Amino acid sequence: MSGWANISQVKEKITQGSAEDITTSYLKRIKKSKINAYTTVWEGAAEKAREIDEQGHNGSLAGIPIAIKDNISTKGISTTCSSKILQGYVPPYDAHVIERLKDAGAIILGKTNMDEFAMGTSTESSCYGPTLNPWDMERVSGGSSGGSAAAVAAGEAPIALGSDTGGSVRCPAAFCGVVGLKPTYGTISRYGLISYASSLEQIGPLATCVADIAALMDVIGGYDARDSTSVKTETVYKDALVDNVSDLKIGVPAEYFGAGIDPAVESAVWDAIQLFEELGASWEQVSLPHTPYALAACYIIAMSEASSNLARFDGTRYGYRKEGENWHVMASRTRAEGFGAEVKRRILLGTYALSAGYHDKYYLKALRVRTLVKRDFDLALKEFDCLMTPTMPVPAFKLGEKVDDPLALYLADVNTVPINLAGVPSISLPCGYTDGLPIGLQIIGKHFDEATVLRAAYSFEQNTEHHTRRPVEVV
Amino acid sequence: MVYENPDGVKIGLEIHVQLNKLNTKLFCGCSTDYHNAEPNTHVCPVCLGLPGSLPVLNRKAVEFALKVGLALNCDIVEQTQFHRKNYYYPDLPKGFQTTQYDFPIAGHGKVIIDGEDGERIIRITRAHMEEDPGKLMHMGSIEKSKGTLINYNRSGMTLIEIVTEPDMRSPKEARRFLDKLRSILEYLDVFNGDLEGAMRVDANVSVMGGDRVEVKNISSHKGVEKAALYEIMRQKNFIRRGDKVVMETRHFDEARGVTLSMRTKEEEHDYRYFPEPDLVPMRVADWVPGVQKTLPELPDAKRDRFMREYRIADMHAKALTSDIKVADFYEHVALRVCPGAAAVWVADILKGELNYRDIGVHAFKVEDMIEIIELVIGNKITERSGVEIIRTILDNGGTPKTIVKEKGLIKVEEDIIIKAVTETLEENPEALQDYLDGKEKSLNFLVGQVMKKTAGRSDAKTTRKMLLERINKLPQK
Repeated sequence: MSGWANISQVKEKITQGSAEDITTSYLKRIKKSKINAYTTVWEGAAEKAREIDEQGHNGSLAGIPIAIKDNISTKGISTTCSSKILQGYVPPYDAHVIERLKDAGAIILGKTNMDEFAMGTSTESSCYGPTLNPWDMERVSGGSSGGSAAAVAAGEAPIALGSDTGGSVRCPAAFCGVVGLKPTYGTISRYGLISYASSLEQIGPLATCVADIAALMDVIGGYDARDSTSVKTETVYKDALVDNVSDLKIGVPAEYFGAGIDPAVESAVWDAIQLFEELGASWEQVSLPHTPYALAACYIIAMSEASSNLARFDGTRYGYRKEGENWHVMASRTRAEGFGAEVKRRILLGTYALSAGYHDKYYLKALRVRTLVKRDFDLALKEFDCLMTPTMPVPAFKLGEKVDDPLALYLADVNTVPINLAGVPSISLPCGYTDGLPIGLQIIGKHFDEATVLRAAYSFEQNTEHHTRRPVEVV
Repeated sequence: MVYENPDGVKIGLEIHVQLNKLNTKLFCGCSTDYHNAEPNTHVCPVCLGLPGSLPVLNRKAVEFALKVGLALNCDIVEQTQFHRKNYYYPDLPKGFQTTQYDFPIAGHGKVIIDGEDGERIIRITRAHMEEDPGKLMHMGSIEKSKGTLINYNRSGMTLIEIVTEPDMRSPKEARRFLDKLRSILEYLDVFNGDLEGAMRVDANVSVMGGDRVEVKNISSHKGVEKAALYEIMRQKNFIRRGDKVVMETRHFDEARGVTLSMRTKEEEHDYRYFPEPDLVPMRVADWVPGVQKTLPELPDAKRDRFMREYRIADMHAKALTSDIKVADFYEHVALRVCPGAAAVWVADILKGELNYRDIGVHAFKVEDMIEIIELVIGNKITERSGVEIIRTILDNGGTPKTIVKEKGLIKVEEDIIIKAVTETLEENPEALQDYLDGKEKSLNFLVGQVMKKTAGRSDAKTTRKMLLERINKLPQK
């Protein structure tokens, strides 16, 4: 079979055949793949699918295969964050989202490649090597959830989970031409998500269409007592799938079309906004004046939290260990050999930012900027139902192009990080192509108003063909 | 009398108290009942710090901490705020300790102790909540250990760290403070001081206005007193030699009774505190009135009430109220027999016998105590027999009734004593004559002889009285 299918198409195939057949065909496709989307393929997947067949397909995702980013804990399945330091670590417990997926009958195909500990924009910092972009295998898949986005784009999974700390779902979604949602902070339990920057990140779904995003959200969203930052919400995401934007007020922040933006990206996004207007929506320019400071603030906060979150990887209890004559030497050697260069850079910068004498100058100042950025969004979203911007200022860049220039890589996140600082929801969906590479439109909503974001995205999808285009190279 | 504090001793304490009466740990549902368990059996992804696990604050732990704060007369913070204290150590599974930093749950309190010269106020700087790390077990001594084992059963236990101002002027005052603190904590029913590792103390000691030296991780009240005594002596010798005491951290070697240098101030960690992003603030200001209502009568109040209600001496009231279990025991006894006699029997006699055997008051039945006191007051047995019954129960078991019977402790009937008196006088005419000649000591001899005949069952006072009565009735020679 051809890999590309959305949930309802897979369901149809299950009724015609079986979940086991579907799962096996996905596994075959993964085996033949050249894009390096998976870090681990779960050998129990086909058997699990047979079980679901025997039990009679109960649950909203019964028999639907799914790819899981390698930083989400899966009981009995290796979970490494694409890092050498977690080699051999097999979690004894499932993340909240995994429990929910299993309850809904979904089949885990395996774990997907990512930037090491989700620190990157290109999936090049993975200890397993980069995931190639299905549209052009000389280009990056985006990051850090590059494996999940590429797997969906290449038909190696109909749906996937990623995580988004500063754009890590939306960036690869844009680069790979799929749909990816970063939900409101607190919407999805982080229990079992290996932390990079706790106060910024959320697990997010990736799929070939908006309807599948809603279907996944209905399964993985909702309150979980094990995550203190989890919030009780009543949203039924499927109900948001309405093709009607006639009352929609769109804000277009000028700051997101700044220097360095690719003209093709800029025009594709304006075309999209024009289409919304044709569908009855109104738009106006709006200013988010603190945007220029968001990137620095976001990185300082993320790195500070990371320096603490990653302290537990010392070789004592699990994962990689390099022996030494005493514990401190062992821990130092383990960390020196176990972490890659980008992770070490961020741990060092974060440690520095929290150090006595620099704490106020960097960390506290970043927190103040965060408050201002959040206020920008609060004010803008009081006036508008949603904001629209390019997800990424450029299409997927070449492998190795920015790998030696960390600052250039950080700058690529300029349109996605402010959203994480504010904690608001944001979706990226295909809105055009340039030289055969997908372009992502970002739609940002109010806190806990995923419904409006999904409605806008769904309406756009219903009135365009962008999401139906597939990369030919990997067929 | 005013205590002069000739060496200018200042002692401040930092006390880590495990709120071990909680059923579950601070941030997870693991059981706290691990003291007799196999290592690493009371653990879960959260207290093992496994990747992806998240903390959830135990509300009951917050309530317990509030009780402690209020009992120490502290102000309570508006809402809880936790921070991460970052440092690397193998017993710390996350590589940071979740603790409270600039918003401790309680602060600005005070505790009254029996000081060197009467009542003394010890100010409480702050009390904050934090998680306990795991426990390292070195195979052999810490220097020569071939390997180290880690037990994470303790990891995530709720600690409250209580910090005092340097208001104690002697090791004795430091110990008194700790005794008082333990007493209060046990009154609150949040703490069992008998469990291993329940209370660990760091003592900051300075003399003559010099720099303070911190002695870390002392595990007993007696140890604190000894460590402080040693430090004062060491620092005084230092100053006498013309050296300057430098700020440093020292370790107390309990076996040798000495403190040893661990690190100087330059080597202090930078803990890079920042707010714990995985916990949300919990507003506790509104809980305070409710928790205040649940506070039990505390030692000082109970002591005052005992003096007032039972009309017993200050000394007795103090002795009876320092341990909640003894206080409860006493009250049960005092409700049934004369409270004054009960105070003597419980505070002076029973407590002494229990201390001697190093056992708690739970080993003795209230009913037995009442029965013994009634027997003594009813003049059925002597005080000495009463003590003997207590000792026998503690050592061999039994009830007052059976022991009285077995040992024949019931006071003999008066006529038996009279018979013994008659016999004694007949058998010892010389002694009788000596007494009549003015040798007072001879009477004592005669008393002894009578008591010997009654096998000690009649007391000396009665015997003496009866002997004199009989002698006075003798026809004059």
